[in-house]
Order: sequence, then C-alpha cells, then structure tokens
Amino acid sequence: MAMEQVTQPAQRLERPQRRRKLPSEVNIFLVLIGIALIFEILGWIVTGQSFLFNRQRLLVMILQVSVIGIISVGVTQVIITGGIDLSSGSVVGLTAMIAASLAQTSDFARAVYPALTDMPVLVPILAGLAAGTVAGLINGSLIAYTGIPPFIATLGMMVAARGVAKWYTRGQPVSMLSDNYATIGSGIWPVVIFLVVALIFHIALRYTRYGKFTYAIGANMQAARVSGINVGRHLIKVYAIAGLLSGLAGVVLSARAISGQAGMGVAYELDAIAAAVIGGTSLSGGVGRITGTVIGTIILGVMTSGFTFLRIDAYYQEIVKGIIIVAAVVADQYRQRKRRKA
Amino acid sequence: MISPVTMRAVRTAGAIPNSEFLLEVEGVRKAFPGVVALDDVSFRLKRGSVHALMGENGAGKSTLMKIIAGVYSPDSGSFKLRGNEIELNSPLDALENGIAMIHQELNLMPFMTVAENIWIRREPKNAFGFVDHRALRDKTEELFDRLNIRIDPEINVGELSVANRQMVEIAKAVSYESDVLIMDEPTSALTEREVEHLFQIIRALKAEGKGIVYITHKMNELFEIADEVSVFRDGRYIGTHKADDVTRDDIIHMMVGREITQMFPKEDVPIGDVVLSVRDMTLKGVFHDISFDVRAGEILGLAGLVGSGRSNVAEALFGVTPATSGEISINGRTVDIRTPAIAMRNGMAFLTEDRKDTGCFLVLDILENMQMAVLRDKYVSRGFVAQAEVERECEQMREALRIKTPDLNERIENLSGGNQQKVLIGRWLLTRPRILILDEPTRGIDVGAKAEIHRLISKLASDGVAVIMISSEMPEVLGMSDRIMVMHEGRVTGFLDRAEASQVKIMELAAQ
Ligand SMILES: Nc1ncnc2c1ncn2[C@@H]1O[C@H](COP(=O)(O)OP(=O)(O)OP(=O)(O)O)[C@@H](O)[C@H]1O
Ligand SMILES: [Mg+2]
Repeated sequence: MAMEQVTQPAQRLERPQRRRKLPSEVNIFLVLIGIALIFEILGWIVTGQSFLFNRQRLLVMILQVSVIGIISVGVTQVIITGGIDLSSGSVVGLTAMIAASLAQTSDFARAVYPALTDMPVLVPILAGLAAGTVAGLINGSLIAYTGIPPFIATLGMMVAARGVAKWYTRGQPVSMLSDNYATIGSGIWPVVIFLVVALIFHIALRYTRYGKFTYAIGANMQAARVSGINVGRHLIKVYAIAGLLSGLAGVVLSARAISGQAGMGVAYELDAIAAAVIGGTSLSGGVGRITGTVIGTIILGVMTSGFTFLRIDAYYQEIVKGIIIVAAVVADQYRQRKRRKA
Repeated sequence: MISPVTMRAVRTAGAIPNSEFLLEVEGVRKAFPGVVALDDVSFRLKRGSVHALMGENGAGKSTLMKIIAGVYSPDSGSFKLRGNEIELNSPLDALENGIAMIHQELNLMPFMTVAENIWIRREPKNAFGFVDHRALRDKTEELFDRLNIRIDPEINVGELSVANRQMVEIAKAVSYESDVLIMDEPTSALTEREVEHLFQIIRALKAEGKGIVYITHKMNELFEIADEVSVFRDGRYIGTHKADDVTRDDIIHMMVGREITQMFPKEDVPIGDVVLSVRDMTLKGVFHDISFDVRAGEILGLAGLVGSGRSNVAEALFGVTPATSGEISINGRTVDIRTPAIAMRNGMAFLTEDRKDTGCFLVLDILENMQMAVLRDKYVSRGFVAQAEVERECEQMREALRIKTPDLNERIENLSGGNQQKVLIGRWLLTRPRILILDEPTRGIDVGAKAEIHRLISKLASDGVAVIMISSEMPEVLGMSDRIMVMHEGRVTGFLDRAEASQVKIMELAAQ
C-alpha cells in the first residue's frame, strides 16, 4: 500500500504556560461594582447625595449582610453537595429564642432573690449553637439514612423548627437581655464574625479533606461512594455545620435586636440560597466557592440598602431581587454551555 | 449555501440530490483553550459504506464527529452534506438533516423506560395530546424486532446492564432513520456476542445505502466491518485507505508513528499465597455460590457474556452492593465488606465499568479526580490535604500513563474518553492496592496505551498484587490472565489455566 508521508508528531500540547483561568468570582465582583455604581449615580441624580460615601449607611448595610452571610456560608456547602437547606431561616428563629431566653438579665428576679446572678454569656451562645447543630444533625441524618430528598427533609425542619420556636414561649417575645450578650450583636462584631466564618470555611473547602469530599459528593455521589467516601456520614457533617451556622446567625441576630422573637429569620433561607446562587454556586452540585457567596451576599445587601436610599417601594425591591437571582442562574447556564461548546 | 431548513424540505420531498459522498468535510480546524483538537482535517463518507476512524486517545476523532453531528461548531472548514454546503447549529439540526450519533459516553435517562428514552421528543400522542403509551411500546417492539434486540421496552434504563444500555443507544440512533450514522466506540462495553449482533445491524443498514462512521480501538473489528479507514494523529488527518489494502501494522504505524511490538507483555511472575478467598458468595437473583481464590501475583480473568454477573461479583467484593450470603477472607482473615470504604481499608481497589456513572467527577478537575481515593492518612494531616505532595504524585502518574492534557487543572469533562479512563486508572494505582479489581480496564483506550496499561498491570502483579480483571475482549483476557474464571447466568461454569485457555473453550463455558 502507498503509505502517506507520516509527519513527525507535532508537540501540540502547549504545556508550559499554565493558564490559570480567571476565577469566576471576578465576574460577580464586577457585577457588584456595577450595581453599586448605578446606585451612586442615581443617588446623585435623585437625591443629590452619595450612596457609597456614607459611613452610617455602609455600616447598616454591612450589618444586615452579616446575618444572611453567616447562614449562606453553610447553605453554600449544602448546595455544593447537591442538596438544599430550606430550614435555615426557621432555625435562626428557634435558636434566637433559645439563646435569648438564657441571656435574660436577672435584674427583676434579683429583687426577690438577691443571690441570683446572670448566667455567664457563654451559656446562651453555646445553647444557640447546640440547638442549631441538632437541627442540622436531624436534617443530615434524615437525608443520609432514610434517603429522602434534602428538599423534603429540610422543608419539614423549616416548618417544625418555626413551630418549636413559637411553642417555646407560647409566642411571647423574649427581651431584657444582658449587656454582655448584647455586645455580640453590637458595633462591628457581626461583621467580624461573618468574615471569620467565611474565612474558616473558605479554607476548609479548598484545603481540607472535608472540602474535597464535599465537592466530590456533589459532582457524582455514586463515584464518591466507590472512591471510599462515607457519603452518609459526610452529608450529616455538612448539614450539621449548616445548622451550626444558622444557630450562630440566630445568636447574632437576637443579640443585635436585644430580644428573641419566634418570627425572626423568616425567609432568610431564600436570601441565603440566592446569595450562594448569585455567587456562582451550581444547584446541580459540585461547583461553588465561599468567596462567590460572600460577594453574592453583599450584592443582595447593596440592593436592599440602595432601594431604601432611593426611597423606592419594597415591592419593586423584591421584583428586582427576583430578576437578579434568575439572571444569575441564566448567566451561569450560559457560561457552562459556552465552556462546553468552547 | 443551503439552509438546514431548505435541506430538510428537500429531504422530506424525497428529492435528494445524488452524489457519491454523503458527507464531505474539508479543512476543519477546532481549538479548545490550550489544545488544538483538529487542524486542517478532511473526511469523506460514501453511501452504503462503513468508514472506520482510528487514532490514539485524544487524536480528535470524537471532536470531528461532534462537529459533524452539530454538537460543536468548527473554527473553520467547509461541510457538505449530499453535495450541498450546509451549516449545522445544533444536534437537533443534524438529526433533522439525517445525521445521528451514538456518543462515546452513554446518554440515557436512568429513571425513564427504554421506550421513553428511545422516542424522547418524538413520543406518539393520542387525541388529547398525551403520550400514547401503548403506541410507544408497540413502536419500540417493532424496532427491536427489526433489530433483533430482546429488551423489555418498559423497564427503566437504570436497571439495565451497561451493554444493554449500549444496545438501547444503538436502537435509538437507528430509529431516527438517518442517512449518516456515527458510532463512537459502540463496542467498548459489549461482549463478542453483542458485537456480532451489532455488526449484523450495521450490515443491514449498509445494504440500505446508509453511511456509517465507526470509531474503534479494536483492530479485529476494523477488518471485519469497515470498508474504509481514516487515521488521525494529534489532531491531524494522516490518510484514508481501503480496509482490504492495509494491515494491522500499517494502521498502528500511521496512528502512532512508531512500531508497537509486544501487545500483551505479560510477565511470568512467581505466584504467592492466597490473598483473597471467596466462598459461596450469593446475591439473590443475581449470582449464586461464587467461590474462588486469588493469589499474590496472580491475574484472574473473569469472562462471560453480558448479564453473566461478572460486574456484580466485582461490585459485591468491593462492597458497592454487598452479597447477601457467603464469606470473603483476605490473607486468611474473614472480612465483612459492607462499603467500599471498608474494602479500601483492606487494601482493595476497584476500577468500575461505567466511567460516567460511577467513575468521573465530571465538573471537577483532573487533579481532584485523580486524588479522591488516596486522601487517606498518608496525605492528610489534621484534616488538611498535603496538596503539594499529592500533586507531585498525580503529575508522575499523568506522565506514566501519558494522559494527554495541557494541565491537571483542566476539567476532566474536557478530556477525550480514553484519557478520562487513564485518569481513573491513575486514581486507583495511587492507592497502592494489594487487591486490584478491574472492570474493563482498557475500555476506550488506544492500542499503544493499551500495551502500556497491560505492562503496568503485569508489573503490579510482579510486585505481588492480586489482580481480578473483567474484560469482554478475548485477546485481553487470554493475553493477560494466569487463570480465567468463566461465568454464565450468575454461576461459575469453570476455570481455565493460562496454558489450556482458548477462545473456543471460554465460549463453550460462557454459553453452555
Ligand atoms: N470541550 C473540550 N474542552 C477542551 N478540550 C477538549 C474538549 N473536547 C476535547 N478536547 C481535547 O481535544 C482533544 C481531542 O479529543 P477527542 O475527544 O476528539 O479525542 P478522541 O480521538 O475521541 O480520543 P479517545 O480515543 O480517547 O476517545 C483532546 O486533547 C481533548 O482533551
Ligand atoms: Mg473519543
């Protein structure tokens, strides 16, 4: 046979220049800047004031962001495993009640029992965290051992935890919290707590075995199992951490409000999920980063604060928020498709 | 240029312009970030012929076919269908213009029935616009009768074996009645019997004047079914020949640009003590009373037809679906392997058959994919992964297995099928197993790399690893195994020693 001139196999892999792809967070960050600038410009036009350069407003915004942010760090991890956590808002309410009830001052009671002292501030904090963790453990165990979908398990918890929160004081709010306890929610503390939590789990997801397994389970649960990962046990861990962080959010929120109310945290789970999704976490699992979620939370915060600043009705605010969430997912799908088509 | 819509109209009107070639592509280039997958490639498909594509892993075969099937759009190049220039924008576009493709990885929905999967988007509807399930079943049965396939149309695809799923994919592709049918490694999960069955189907299609593109890494298939063969290397077109005019060595030479002498470099190694011993292992309704021993340094081949329970036995050994009764002992100690994690703690490793389902973490990168099974005590301290160390090992593995990729941070999704398989092999080799279970280890792997992997397996055996290897490829089983266990319908029908084993003897035991 006539063999063609066989050309020398060209070295076609351009290896050396390791192309570090720009992290997808850069895009989201640009979106954040864009939104902030729009409000800044509108601010000058409509009210003749600066939106961004206002210490007071920034502080309020960043505080609002913190509570949702703490929750969304946990929710992000749940979503990376391919799951969902609908219970975080209710768990915030529950843990706020429990923590607050243990943080009440004994000033009044002392009139009758002079020997009574305040409980150390650690007690309500630990109780709140523990309650949140238990809720998460229940979520995780239900998912791991009964095999029901995370949506259902956490939906049940969402309803039940809110119920427990109301039952706890028969619907009465808890107030008169000790000054020590209130400190946790005052000043810049919530922000510090949020950033520390975000940093810890950013590191955990990227550099620890816990993180690797979390991504693996979300990417392909069967393959994860065959690779020797104890999927059930790991899922319980992830949901427990999400519960713990909801509990932390409950503590911070009640300390900031210096009271506990059963209605606290309503619909926070949706904001937390939205923050994760806007930040690039994929609902089909295996993809997502804490940095993205942090930016996502700030985007939501900037929007809330911006609308208030422009004195635009809350209705519009919700409409636009809805649109942004959907747009984020659409953009993500588009990115994925483009990557595949390349 | 004619728009796809016009072409479709022309086609439905039955006025198909005559041209010797169904399909002509010329000067096609396609680059992905960091890799040029195709560079100035040409390809022509004749009516009523089977055209084989050969080339090493990552040579660009699947990419070219995906371009023809409308999955990717090329960076440049011309594309003629039945003599008319055309541009396809989506797989749907391609289907409607008579091009169907069976992809390298299975693409069926596990929770839908066979019939639903086949007629998806084309379900027969009743007067109310609902899916007519009876018609759906009848249509499927008719199709299966024509193709001589015996699978229940109403069973969920998830319950089928990989081979049967592949047959469903084939039936689905045929059901489009396309003129051009592309098959990307359709036989990588089939045993001889189904391969023969597939060839009958292909011959019938050929007789109807259809053009079939057939990608394979198996030489014997090439000479049995193909009329023409085109060879690709590193994204370039090397040449096209009549299948009758070339020899196996010519093709290999064209593929790799060098000679490959030893195909199955099985070393003779001293066989040691029994490492794994299985007694009366049963999984009700799947396999029964399985008993065998594997010794250190021994390669035990598992042969049998599809559905004989070979993969199920492997899954039971590794704790994926544990057996209901029986005893497994390792180094003389009885063990209760209920989960893969326990199996791994006992020094086992298991390369599964279906890399998409149970192997790859598609959205993660190559590094994560390779290291996932090895994140045990050695590379983890206080929960933190010793990333630099693991990465070094993975990099070495990448070189040893010659995985073709610009870097380890590439998503595994973007690798060619054969290279994905290599990553998974690497994943298990990194765990340094004492007992290695391989289910179709060289599935989708090219000739050169196959010899390389066989050498690796052989080397492991000489280091005292006990190997269990399931393979549907006769030459592989015969070439690699020290002993062959043959199964039929969930039972062991016999053992053959290396010296006495032959294809005929295996088939006798396998078919009973
Ligand atoms: N979506 C993608 N993104 C980036 N690179 C890709 C993508 N698809 C394919 N490639 C690269 O293009 C090259 C050709 O891949 P292709 O899948 O066509 O190989 P192949 O010849 O089918 O190999 P195999 O025999 O292993 O299936 C490979 O180097 C692969 O890594
Ligand atoms: Mg391929």
